[in-house]
Amino acid sequence: MYDQIITARLYKTMLLIRQIELRIAEIYYTDAIKSPVHLSVGQESIAVGVCDALEKDDIVSNTYRCHATYIAKGGNLFEMMAELYGKATGCAGGKAGSMHLVDIKNGVMGASAVVGTTIPVATGYALAMQNEAKITGKQRVVVALCGDGGTEEGCFYESINFAALRKLPIIFICENNRLAIHTPLEKRWATDQLCERIATFGIKTHKIDDADVFTIRDTMVNALADIRKGSGPIFIECATYRWLEHVGPLDDHKDDYRNTKEYQTWKDNDQILRLGKMLDEKTRIQLEDEVALTLQQIEKFAEESPYPAAEELYTHVYAS
Amino acid sequence: MFTQVEKTPAQTEQMSETRLIRYVDALREAFEEEMARDPKVFLFGLDVDDHKGIQGSTIGLQEKFGKDRVFCTPLSEDAMTGVAIGAAIAGYRPIHVHIRMDFMLLCMNQLVNMAAKSHYMYNGQVKVPLVVRTMIGRSWGQGGQHSQALHSMFMHVPGLKVVAPANAHDAKGCMISAIRDNNPVIFIEHRLLYSTEGYVPTKSYEVPLGKARILTEGTDITIVAVSHMVMEALRAKKHLESVGINAEVIDPITLWPLDMETIMQSVKKTGKLLMVDNAWLTCGASSEILTRAMEMCQEEDISIPSLARMGFAPTTCPTTKPLENLFYPDARSIAVKAYQMTQGKKAKTWEPPVSANTEIDAFKGPF
Repeated sequence: MYDQIITARLYKTMLLIRQIELRIAEIYYTDAIKSPVHLSVGQESIAVGVCDALEKDDIVSNTYRCHATYIAKGGNLFEMMAELYGKATGCAGGKAGSMHLVDIKNGVMGASAVVGTTIPVATGYALAMQNEAKITGKQRVVVALCGDGGTEEGCFYESINFAALRKLPIIFICENNRLAIHTPLEKRWATDQLCERIATFGIKTHKIDDADVFTIRDTMVNALADIRKGSGPIFIECATYRWLEHVGPLDDHKDDYRNTKEYQTWKDNDQILRLGKMLDEKTRIQLEDEVALTLQQIEKFAEESPYPAAEELYTHVYAS
Repeated sequence: MFTQVEKTPAQTEQMSETRLIRYVDALREAFEEEMARDPKVFLFGLDVDDHKGIQGSTIGLQEKFGKDRVFCTPLSEDAMTGVAIGAAIAGYRPIHVHIRMDFMLLCMNQLVNMAAKSHYMYNGQVKVPLVVRTMIGRSWGQGGQHSQALHSMFMHVPGLKVVAPANAHDAKGCMISAIRDNNPVIFIEHRLLYSTEGYVPTKSYEVPLGKARILTEGTDITIVAVSHMVMEALRAKKHLESVGINAEVIDPITLWPLDMETIMQSVKKTGKLLMVDNAWLTCGASSEILTRAMEMCQEEDISIPSLARMGFAPTTCPTTKPLENLFYPDARSIAVKAYQMTQGKKAKTWEPPVSANTEIDAFKGPF
């Protein structure tokens, strides 16, 4: 059983993600955020369970649905919000927007809008970390997140093969929400035995069906211990459910392309509600107040920050 | 052997010692020197550590630097390009090797969407110091998918540098510059240049990216040629000399960023620009160079020079020799075009003599 400290920490981070994203959805109509947003509402437990087990100098690589992992890994929240607003103080000076959040200092590799594209890049980073460990003696680990759609790209299997071949320090995580934009898994996969497919590369796999944040964290803790000892890559498939539309701020269940009963089951299983109930009321309210305050501060920062100057158009085309 | 670079006084002054070596050996020296200098440099790709070592360009490197720094990969061109980018972002300096340029079409997503964009899109938080080595094939039936020269596709994308050295000296110096550059560099070699010899300094040196080279000075016409076409242009110059026409031959060396200043200085002198690309013409390097030349003349309010371009026939490259010969410009067709440009349309026709055997005739497959 988890102690109150860890439970409170997981609760707070999941709540922070949820509240930031709901606030993004709330203000989206004002057009202050002129960027496509792919929200993770309902999927927070994966980012939080995964990242809580990592050390600060471990690395995560992301999909374009990247807010949750960025926040969970400790990405700068002020810079995130400012980036969404297109401001000069954003994590990429307003040049990236929501789909390409990046915070190298805190171990968040830049996200890509092209599905699957970051998987091999993360694999290359893991190759570098494997080499670095031969000098430093410390094995940093890379976590490559992708969606179920990402596993349909050729580079996913190419990366899995290469990582297994060279026993790279990388954990591949599939956030399986069974949707690629609006197309369900059944129309895309010949069979849903993803872990079985990956296992044939000689990789240890884990399948977590209920998005239980503690199970995800425990699985990660064990996986990290093995990888730091040189076990080679590990694959984790986490089932989850996207509460909102593919891109944008709305609940689109009225569009009738998915099952509302299934939605209700996942809402009943909401890890934020669950962990909230596990905390004493005083602690829970204090955490909620802290989250609310952070939210106000980052929004104010984003609003008050300047837009980039015109000459910024031409900076960083080439590195010096 | 086909020597293409003559010792110039400038080089003799600059470099204490040179010797005549092949293009392919010059490349190998660049890898060896840079890997010894910087432990972050590594080289990988299919077959780089086999007994043939990419036509000899990587022979002995694994023995010297170990399996962590020189290693073969699964084909997986797409993912291996991503791996190179990831390692570069993590502070390494990968050299990713392809034995034909045609295979780079499998890498386009990573090169265009990640390598080219990361530094800009992540606002300078990351750099991608990556060299992608690739080889244009020609002759002995290389055909439609072993002969493509796709440099213009890469020139089109901001964030990439594109270099195509045409002699041993520039191959080594450009490779050293490319490895030390903090950007993704597409390094285009040519299979027929591998055996050509040039004077190469024994000491390490850089040939700066973004600087063209005037190979021979002339007053009557400027011929700008790319990659293997530089050799044909130099032969064309010899033909032209026999009829009293003095051509200035320029090798841009780097296709992006492009050194238009050097080209324009020459064009202002000669008033005529013939661009000979080692590629198709449409939307190609020739389109870019001729357009820039016109724009720069307009900006300076000077008269537009006489312009022409040559390149691959607008077809897929055929394998059979009689058709393949027609696919490429050659020394004679370049000379005739330059002759027409300098003598005017009404000038009598001229047929240069048939060239002696060249590296094109000498090349035998099967590889």
